[in-house]
Amino acid sequence: MTVTLSARGVGLRLGETTVLADVDLEVRAGEVLALVGPNGAGKTSLLSLLAGDLAPSSGEVLLDGRPVMAHRPTELARRRGVLLQENRLSFPFEVLDVVRMGRAPWRGTPLEDDDDAAVARAMGAAEVVHLARRTFPTLSGGEKSRSSFARVLAQDPRVLFLDEPTAALDIRHQERTLALARERAGAGDAVVVVLHDLSLAAAYADRILLLSRGRVAAAGTPAEVLDAELLSRVYDHPVETLERADGSLLVLPVRSVEAHA
Amino acid sequence: MTALENASTATVHEQPSVPHRSRTGVVVLFVVLGLALVACAVLSAGTGQLHIPAGEVVSSVLHRLGLGGAPVASHPHGESALWSIRFPRVAMALCVGAALATGGALMQGVFGNPLAEPGIAGVSSGAALAACAVIAFGWSFLGPWTTAAFAFAGGLAATFLVYLLSRSGGRTEVVTLILTGVAVNAVAGAGIAFLTFLGDTQAREQIVFWQLGSLNGTRWPYVAIVAPLVVVGIVTATGFARRLDLLALGERPARHLGVDVERLRIVTIVVVALLTAAAVSFSGIIAFVGLVVPHVVRMAVGPGHRVLVPASALGGAVLLLCADLVARTAVDYAELPIGMLTALVGGPFFLYLIRRTRRTAGGWA
Repeated sequence: MTVTLSARGVGLRLGETTVLADVDLEVRAGEVLALVGPNGAGKTSLLSLLAGDLAPSSGEVLLDGRPVMAHRPTELARRRGVLLQENRLSFPFEVLDVVRMGRAPWRGTPLEDDDDAAVARAMGAAEVVHLARRTFPTLSGGEKSRSSFARVLAQDPRVLFLDEPTAALDIRHQERTLALARERAGAGDAVVVVLHDLSLAAAYADRILLLSRGRVAAAGTPAEVLDAELLSRVYDHPVETLERADGSLLVLPVRSVEAHA
Repeated sequence: MTALENASTATVHEQPSVPHRSRTGVVVLFVVLGLALVACAVLSAGTGQLHIPAGEVVSSVLHRLGLGGAPVASHPHGESALWSIRFPRVAMALCVGAALATGGALMQGVFGNPLAEPGIAGVSSGAALAACAVIAFGWSFLGPWTTAAFAFAGGLAATFLVYLLSRSGGRTEVVTLILTGVAVNAVAGAGIAFLTFLGDTQAREQIVFWQLGSLNGTRWPYVAIVAPLVVVGIVTATGFARRLDLLALGERPARHLGVDVERLRIVTIVVVALLTAAAVSFSGIIAFVGLVVPHVVRMAVGPGHRVLVPASALGGAVLLLCADLVARTAVDYAELPIGMLTALVGGPFFLYLIRRTRRTAGGWA
């Protein structure tokens, strides 16, 4: 499989704090890579480094063979799209306008002709067509998240970075969002997604990278990484894994009886 | 990979029909503003101690354009009053209003905040301080451009200062922005007071009236300096309007969509300083136009900058034409300072905006 993006010995220091150290990873076309780990493990920072928002303090991130930050802004925008955790807007644009903003990198290219169709497809896929004429600030958290996801889909990048895309979503839209991510991977794109729900990661990721205190604790297929003993140690909480009859993996916290009292 | 079964539910994407925004509202707005502009200009040119009927104003313009018509006949000095006093003033009001409103719209866009305005943020007073220095010391080494050049430098310095001081973590909080404006305004005010103290009687009087804002005494050479600056500013601004839209998403998402955010910011700030300088250099401080006009335009047609920028320019021109007409005619044989008038209307409007923004919390974030 083609390696689209690779990080080699990447580290990030902010002042005295070491946020990330010695992270190696490959993002391959056609694959969903999940970044998991406890709060403060460095998932979002790693995503920022990979997306070219931040320069690493050590090591390098290569996108299509060149350092990610050496790409020109527009060039980079045609290759990678980013969905952040928090999506805000300074002015009351309508959802349709927001999704349309995703097409900005393609202005002046032949693909510009595809704008309307791409926007319509993205809005249909993210189920936000009925919100088209609503102004963005009036939406609920989940609706904002889905509209922003539609914006990233309309951008049509080869690599998608999704930072906790399911955090504000109901069950249907959690599943749908990750199914769409899978579908993009199926079409040959690469998807890097930060997730907290390990069962979701197990179900939708080809590979999982488990971060712990800024370092890679484990990397591999869901079956390899989602080990009860390892997870219990990394999350500092007892965790059990269950394999269901259909082969799917469930990761659950072990709860004491008192918790139900 | 059990997820693949789930994924199949999402594989078929019919292309839904997405409702399109109708452009009727935008067209109506531009037609209304355009008509209002012409009507106000004709009315303003004809009104004053020497009254010239609207028909004769239009006829005189057509005559000069070589499209028929005739010079003003109803009064012996009508033609010269119209062309050497009234029209320069109308043209200046138009330029200054357009510059102020566009400057406001751009500043709001770049700060991501509907309450940013050159006057409130201290940009106008920075430009004013530099212009007052020119008056007080009688500098003229750049000829008629001296005041404009200094106002530009002062405005630019103040804008960068406000920008650097009020941003943190890529965002500008309203409270910080306004407090920075208070500080910059205070220092510039002190500087202007000092210059007033230094200057001779004539310079003093000039500074005092200049601060109140007035279009009195506008002549064609002034218009010839201001108009090109305003045109350059507005045309440049319209050019990067689309990128300002993306900036509304925030700094990082804008960058994710290919915007060179730092460059866009700097270009915008230079254009804001240019427009403010153009507005301030001959007419003095006229506040709040940049706050009121873009806000009203956003309410009418939404926040997209490709419409907002030119519509604000038109709206600002109309507003200042009206304000100047009132300033000239409200009191017989005297002229009210136009800056006083706009502040009288703009101040309460600003209060209303603060209360409204506070309720929806959007602008305080």
